[in-house]
Amino acid sequence: MLSQIRPAIVMIVLFTGLTGVVYPLAITGVAQLALPTQANGSLIERDGTVIGSTLIGQNFASDRYFHGRPSATTGPDPADSSKTIDAPYNASNSMGSNLGPTSKKLVDRVNGAIEAEFAAGRIDVVAADAVTTSGSGLDPHISPQFALAQAGAVARARNLSESQVRALVEANIEGRVLGAIGEPRVNVLLLNMAIDRLK
Amino acid sequence: MTSIGLAQIAIVLIAVIVAAVPLGGYIARVLAGERSLLTPALSPIERAFYRLAGVDPTRDQNWLAYTMAMLAFSVVGFGSLYALQRLQAYLPLNPQGFGGVPADLAFNTSMSFITNTNWQNYGGESTMSHLTQMLGLTVHNFVSAATGLAMAFALVRGFSRAESPTIGNFWVDLTRSTLYVLLPLSIVVALALVALGVPQTLQGSIEATTLEGAKQTLAIGPVASQEAIKELGTNGGGFFNANSAHPFESPNALSNMLEIWALLVVPFATAFAFGRAVSDYRQGRAVAITMMIVLVTGVLIAYWAEASGNPLLTEIGVDPSPGNMEGKEVRFGSAMSALFAASTTGTSCGAVNSMHDSFMPLGGLVPLFNMLMGSIAPGGVGAGLYGFLVLAIIAVFVAGLMVGRTPEYLGKKIEVREMKLAMLAVLIYPLTVLVFTGVSVMLQTGLASLNNAGPHGLSEILYAFASATDNNGSAFAGLTGNTLWYNTTLGVAMLLGRFAFVIPVLAIAGSFAAKKKGAPSVGTFPTHGPLFIGLLLGVIIVLYLLQYFPALALGPIVEHFALLAGKTF
Repeated sequence: MLSQIRPAIVMIVLFTGLTGVVYPLAITGVAQLALPTQANGSLIERDGTVIGSTLIGQNFASDRYFHGRPSATTGPDPADSSKTIDAPYNASNSMGSNLGPTSKKLVDRVNGAIEAEFAAGRIDVVAADAVTTSGSGLDPHISPQFALAQAGAVARARNLSESQVRALVEANIEGRVLGAIGEPRVNVLLLNMAIDRLK
Repeated sequence: MTSIGLAQIAIVLIAVIVAAVPLGGYIARVLAGERSLLTPALSPIERAFYRLAGVDPTRDQNWLAYTMAMLAFSVVGFGSLYALQRLQAYLPLNPQGFGGVPADLAFNTSMSFITNTNWQNYGGESTMSHLTQMLGLTVHNFVSAATGLAMAFALVRGFSRAESPTIGNFWVDLTRSTLYVLLPLSIVVALALVALGVPQTLQGSIEATTLEGAKQTLAIGPVASQEAIKELGTNGGGFFNANSAHPFESPNALSNMLEIWALLVVPFATAFAFGRAVSDYRQGRAVAITMMIVLVTGVLIAYWAEASGNPLLTEIGVDPSPGNMEGKEVRFGSAMSALFAASTTGTSCGAVNSMHDSFMPLGGLVPLFNMLMGSIAPGGVGAGLYGFLVLAIIAVFVAGLMVGRTPEYLGKKIEVREMKLAMLAVLIYPLTVLVFTGVSVMLQTGLASLNNAGPHGLSEILYAFASATDNNGSAFAGLTGNTLWYNTTLGVAMLLGRFAFVIPVLAIAGSFAAKKKGAPSVGTFPTHGPLFIGLLLGVIIVLYLLQYFPALALGPIVEHFALLAGKTF
C-alpha cells in the first residue's frame, strides 16, 4: 500500500486542479460570454433596480396581487439568531416542509389555509397547489386553476372587471413544450408585473 | 395517472436507451485503453498525469494491488477533505468567515463524498467556505464516480480475461474514466443547463427588491457546473439545500428531463459496455433489460401512488386531480417527480426534485426499497454494474443448484470461494441498515431527530441508513442528521456500504480472472435470454423482500393502512 501513496497524493492534487478549478472556471467563462442572462440568474430589472428573478418565487401578501403557493422556508430570528422563524420565499434557504402524508401538522395546516382563504373570499375552489408547500419553498409557478380562482378577488381589489383579469391570466398560462413536456402553469411574478401594467 | 404523464416518462427513458447504447461502446473502448475521438486532445494530459504520479500505465495490477491502490486513493481523499474542512477558517476564499467544520460533521461529510454518497448533514451556504466547496467537494464528485467505474471494469475483466493474474491498473482506470467519460459529458451537460436557465457565476448572492418592496436575497453561484457532474456521476449533492427542486438547479421541465437523463445514462451505458467487454452484446442487453424492468416497475408504482392525491386532504376539500402536491413543484407535477424519485434511488444518485419525506406511504416506499435493493436499477456509476453482477452470480448459482450442474457465468465456473465472497457482499447491506436502524429507534438521541411521528418516523430512520449504506444520499429530509449520533453512525454506514461491499467484489474479480474460460456447451445455462432475466428478477425479489419485509411492514406499509383508515399522527 505504501508504494501507492505517492500516486494517490499526486492524483488527488492533479484532479483537484482539473475538476475543482479549471472545469468550473472554464464553464463560467463560456457561460458568461455566450449566455449572460441565464448565467446570472435570469434577473428582472425595473427602473434600474433588480426586482427578482423570473425563476424564483416571491412572497405576495397584498390583496392587489396574485398569491403564490405557501412556502416552508425559514430564516434566522432577528431577536435570537440561534432560533429560526418562518420566512416564506427566503431565497437563501430553500426547503420543503418534509411533513409526511399522515402528519397531523400537515392536515391542520392545510385546513387552516383553506379556512383563511375562504374567509378572505380569495378563492372558491381549492387547487392542490394553493394549500401545499413546494419542495423548494421558492416555486415561481401556480396552476392555472389556482390563478383563475384568485382572479375575482384581485379584480375587486383593483376595481377591474373580472373578465379583464381572467383574460390576463389566460394570456399568462405557459403550456407544455410540444404539447407533452412539462405541466401547464402561471409564473406569479410575471403575472403580477403584467397586472401592474394594466392598472 | 394521465397519458401525458406516462408519455413524459416514456420520452425520458427512450432518450436514455438511445444514448446509452453508443455511449456504452465508447466506455468499453476507453476502459480497454483503445483510441477514440478524444484521444488526440486528451492523451497529452493523460500521459502527464501518469508521469507526475509515477505510474506505469502498461503495468497491470493483481486484485490485491488494485484494491490497495483504490484504498490508498480513498484514504488520501478522506484525509485531505477532512483537513480542508477543519482548517477552512485559516485558509483563503472564505468570504463569510466560516469557522472550522466540527469534527463529527467533517467526518460525515468526508465519508459521504469519498464514497459517492453525497449525504449532506450541512447547509452548504451556511457551513462550507468557497474553497472547501471547490477544492474539496467538486473534485470528489468526479473521482468517486470514476473510482466506481474503475471497480466495475476490474470485475468485468475478471470475466473477459482467462488465466490472468491481473485485473487492470487502478490509476489508469481512474484517470481514463474521469478524462474521457465524465469530464466531456459534464462540459456538454453543464452548458446545456446554462442555456436552459441554470446560473453559472462566481457571485455569491444577489439583493432584489420585490414587487411588494421587500428585500429578497437570492443565493446563486457556479450552479450548472456542479449540477452536471452531480447527475452524471450519480453523486446527488445539491448546490442548494432543496437540491433539484430549487428553480436555480432545475428551472423547467426540459432541464428536469435532462437531469434525469444525465443521472441514468452512464449506468445504463455501463451495462452495454459490459456486453461489449465480454464480447457478447446480448449479455449486456439482458442486464440492461432487467435493470429497466425493476426501474419502470418502481416508477409506475410511485406515479400511481402520487397521482391519486392524499385522501386526508381530499376529504377537507383539496382537489386531488394534480396528485399529492406537498413537497412538489408545479412545473414538474406528479409524473416527473415520481420518475425522478425512482431514478435517483434506482441509481445511487440521491438528487431530488421533490421532497420524498412528503410522498404518499407507497410512493415513498419505492425510493426506499430501491435503495434497500442496493440501487441496482440501473445503479450508481460503476457501482450499479458490480452490484448487479454479484446478483447475477447468485442467480446462476441458484440455477446450477436446481439442475445439479456446476454453475458457470460467462464461461467462468462459480465455486465455493466466489459464492462465499458474493454472499459476504450482499449480507453487508441488511446487516448495516437493520442494526443501525434498530439501535437508533431504541435511543433517545436517535428519536430526538425525528420530524414526523408514528410509522413515518420509523421510515425516516430506515430511509437514512438505507441511503447511507447504499451510498445514495437522498433523504427523508425531515430527520435532523447533524447530531453526534447520526453523523457518526451514518458515516460508518457509508464506509461499510462502499468498502465492505467492494473488497469482496474485487476479490471475486481476481478469482475469476485466474480461471480458465470454458467454452459454452449444450448444457450451459444461457444468461442472455428471458429465462435468465426472469430468474434474476426472482432472486432479487426473494433476497430483498425477505430481508426487509418486516421493517417495511412497520414503516410505509402500516402507514398506508393507517392513512386509509383516516388516522393522523
